[in-house]
Amino acid sequence: MTVWRLVAKEIGYRRLNFALGAVAVLGAVACVVAVLTLLTGHRLRAEQIGDDQAARTEDVGLNLKDDARRIMLELGYNVLILHKDQDLGEFYAHGGASKLMPEAYAETLAKSRVVVVRHLLPSLQEPVVWREQNEPIILIGTRGEVPQSHLDPKKPMIAAVPKGTMVLGSVLAQKAGLEVGQEVKLLDRAFTVGKIHERRGNEDDVTAWIDLAAAQELLGKPGRINAILALGCLCVKEIPGGVSKQITSILKDTQVIELVREAAIRRATRSAAGSRAEQFVALDKAGRESLRAEREALAAWLVPLVVLGCIVWVGLLALGNVRHRRTEIGILRAMGVRAGQILAIFLARALVVGFIGAVVGYAVGFAVAAAWDVREAGGTALGGQAVGAAALFAPVLLVATLVLAPLLSAMASLVPAMMAAQQDPAIVLREE
Amino acid sequence: MLRLENATKVYRRPGKEVRALDDCSLDAAPGEFVAVQGPSGCGKTTLLLVAGGLLRPGGGRVTLDGADPYTLSPEDRARWRSESVGFVFQQFHLVPYLTVLDNVLAASLARRSGDAMERARGLLDHFSLTDRADHVPAELSTGERQRVALARALLNQPKVILADEPTGNLDGASADRVLGHLADFASNGGTVLLVTHDPRAAGYAPRTVHMVDGRLTDGQESLETAAVEGA
Repeated sequence: MTVWRLVAKEIGYRRLNFALGAVAVLGAVACVVAVLTLLTGHRLRAEQIGDDQAARTEDVGLNLKDDARRIMLELGYNVLILHKDQDLGEFYAHGGASKLMPEAYAETLAKSRVVVVRHLLPSLQEPVVWREQNEPIILIGTRGEVPQSHLDPKKPMIAAVPKGTMVLGSVLAQKAGLEVGQEVKLLDRAFTVGKIHERRGNEDDVTAWIDLAAAQELLGKPGRINAILALGCLCVKEIPGGVSKQITSILKDTQVIELVREAAIRRATRSAAGSRAEQFVALDKAGRESLRAEREALAAWLVPLVVLGCIVWVGLLALGNVRHRRTEIGILRAMGVRAGQILAIFLARALVVGFIGAVVGYAVGFAVAAAWDVREAGGTALGGQAVGAAALFAPVLLVATLVLAPLLSAMASLVPAMMAAQQDPAIVLREE
Repeated sequence: MLRLENATKVYRRPGKEVRALDDCSLDAAPGEFVAVQGPSGCGKTTLLLVAGGLLRPGGGRVTLDGADPYTLSPEDRARWRSESVGFVFQQFHLVPYLTVLDNVLAASLARRSGDAMERARGLLDHFSLTDRADHVPAELSTGERQRVALARALLNQPKVILADEPTGNLDGASADRVLGHLADFASNGGTVLLVTHDPRAAGYAPRTVHMVDGRLTDGQESLETAAVEGA
């Protein structure tokens, strides 16, 4: 006969008392495991949602920035490259530069690997009178962007005007009564109207764009241009002064006009687009953390309360068990069973109660938490994907449960077990 | 040799003092079957508990083969009981959830032994309980229960059997059987101290001492006094 055999037999005999104790432990363990697992699940899902949100926000932010870049293109962080002797007063007053530069400057700059400069647009721009229409116009010859082989190929910001065609500002087209596809003459040269811009509310409305070579020929300035529009690096940290310095170091007899105000607007727009997305993420994160804090606060009092209730209940059941077995204890003591062995009998029973309750309680608590995880993932509180049982499973929690629950059960039964061990067999046997 | 020398035990309660043992002296040698006869409440059970190392006397001394169990620590005294004394009670005090075999083996909790199972089965055979080995006490007759209790008391091969009204709940045939087993134990060199108020049970013991109001006497006068008080 061993203590464990005696315990096993007694448990089989007093099944109700054992079951009540085990169910109490089961309930407490299930509650604790479910709460802690749910908190883990909440944390994992919050991280998962946070990562997804950050990725989405980054995408949205990039899209917003891209949209802003496109919107701000025409204002863009542009620099205008003119001949160094160009009088800026005259330039602003006449809407064009009188000093000319070789068209080859554009190629030179394109091949120079000036990283901050993108989208080089050489042009020949001059105010003229469209004799055939008797209208003063701004004539711009453009060849589109000059390719920069050292950069990743990008879609051109401004397309070239196909040879033999003409692009017109809206006011000009309206006054001349021209429509797309119509044949028209400009300075005795035939063009087809390829496109008519929407009204822009600036000098573009009275501008005609034609191929650069044609413009050079019409204006009698072959191989010459009077401006290169260079769209600067999109990086907001770029210093405009640095761009100028880079360009003039390559094209010695040029000057660079930096469109600073427009660049600032562009930077602000992009920054605002990015920060809006970040604010959204921050608000969402704060909401999740608030929910998590509420749950942790709930767990902070619920878990100890449940554990304490369980300890009291297991202790009372153990006390009842001791009282029921008073005579048994007396006869065992009379036979010479030592007080320590009596103590061991009751503590071993408590360990079994705690262990059985812990095993089943862990399974129940984990199952509840896993089911809740799936339910919550589909709900509105947090959303997101279910974390999954594999991610929720914490070996440390399992081990801690299987160790602590039996220990707490034994602690709860310690006082009744000591009462049993200290019981005087003589009193019991005399009374019986 | 079980010896009580001037053993005294007084139970004190508020406003009342009960002298359960009053200067009791008794020798019981190995192989001796001694009956202590007396009316209910005369102190017989107290005498048994004191003799069995369960109840420390207020005065006097108890020894078994010269050793006083009350000089030992509680743990050593428990060990002494497991090695030296076997108890049999009127109410049997079997463990209700253990089978007959396990009830007998329960005594081995106190004194581990490699051949406990073998001895337990031998005792069941000796007491004609083999076919009841897997039964629980509730499935036994009272006579069988008392024989199980006796087998349990004998498992650790004690020097002394202390029996407290072992036949009080038994019919005549069962009582004869149990008392016969006690007599066998004594004839095999053990000491039996049987306390009873039943003259028929006491008749099994070659020697009877009488107890009245906590005092032991060997005389007929005391027996008559006891009979009058018992009536």
